[in-house]
Amino acid sequence: MSSIEERVKKIVAEQLGVKEEDVKPEASFVEDLGADSLDTVELVMALEEEFETEIPDEEAEKITTVQLAIDYINQNLG
Amino acid sequence: MTFSTSLEGRVALVTGASRGIGAAIADLLGAQGATVIGTATSAAGAEKISARFAEKGVKGAGKELDVTSPDSVANVLDSIKAEFGAPTILVNNAGITQDNLLMRMKDDEWDSVLNTNLTAVYRVTKNCLRDMTKARWGRIINISSVVGSMGNPGQSNYAATKAGVAGFARALAAEVGSRGITVNTVAPGFIDTDMTKVLPEAQREALMGKIPLGRLGAPEEIASVVAFLASDAGGYVTGETIHVNGGMYMG
Repeated sequence: MSSIEERVKKIVAEQLGVKEEDVKPEASFVEDLGADSLDTVELVMALEEEFETEIPDEEAEKITTVQLAIDYINQNLG
Repeated sequence: MTFSTSLEGRVALVTGASRGIGAAIADLLGAQGATVIGTATSAAGAEKISARFAEKGVKGAGKELDVTSPDSVANVLDSIKAEFGAPTILVNNAGITQDNLLMRMKDDEWDSVLNTNLTAVYRVTKNCLRDMTKARWGRIINISSVVGSMGNPGQSNYAATKAGVAGFARALAAEVGSRGITVNTVAPGFIDTDMTKVLPEAQREALMGKIPLGRLGAPEEIASVVAFLASDAGGYVTGETIHVNGGMYMG
């Protein structure tokens, strides 16, 4: 069973087409990993599916880095 | 070089498919190989669509759908996805008219036409878009009207919605082009359907005089343009409004 951190990193790498080793916790989706606004929406949708949850829009907007995504999942599904 | 207009393996959703242009579109997409879900506002209308599909050998079914109800759209789309798979071809065809001179127009005439013809396009498209982005392939085709471009007295509400869906298509085409999704508008002119049969004889004749091809269009002549846009052959057309009107309005 992979940890939440590993699962989040794998999804980020898949969705944004980047290497998993580049998906550092502090990496910003837009500034460091080259995501555009539609990519970030799709990323949140992929996280929702992986973790079988619904992330409200106002929360989704705050998830801008890998660590923030991991934190959100930990806090809401832990 | 040859090109493919086959829709084999695709799932298509056509709103307002019980008669007129929507029925012709649903039948032709089915004949091209798509699995088609055609919607109607009543259960009886949905059954008629299912029966027509069975008779013509079209895969798919009719479904009852109220495009103005968010709950109906969510529930029906869920059941379609479970039964047939997510539609990656969406034809927003359902539409109504409630004509009146603006000075006499009631709020409910304005609101009902806006809800059915424009807000529903937003709602149904949004529901289908997630699966299209995941598939990295999609076709969204709005059925508009020549009236949205040239205007017509008594139809300010209808014209506003028909111009509106074309603008919607251009904005969305820019938004989701990177995901292999095209968004276009087909604007029929004077087509021989129940919607145009109610026009007064004098108005019909006046309109005919303005059509260079000198005849009404057939619903199948709209359907063929939609089927082209839905196919791989139409894959480089996006954000466009295609007028199909016998020359009565030439853009």
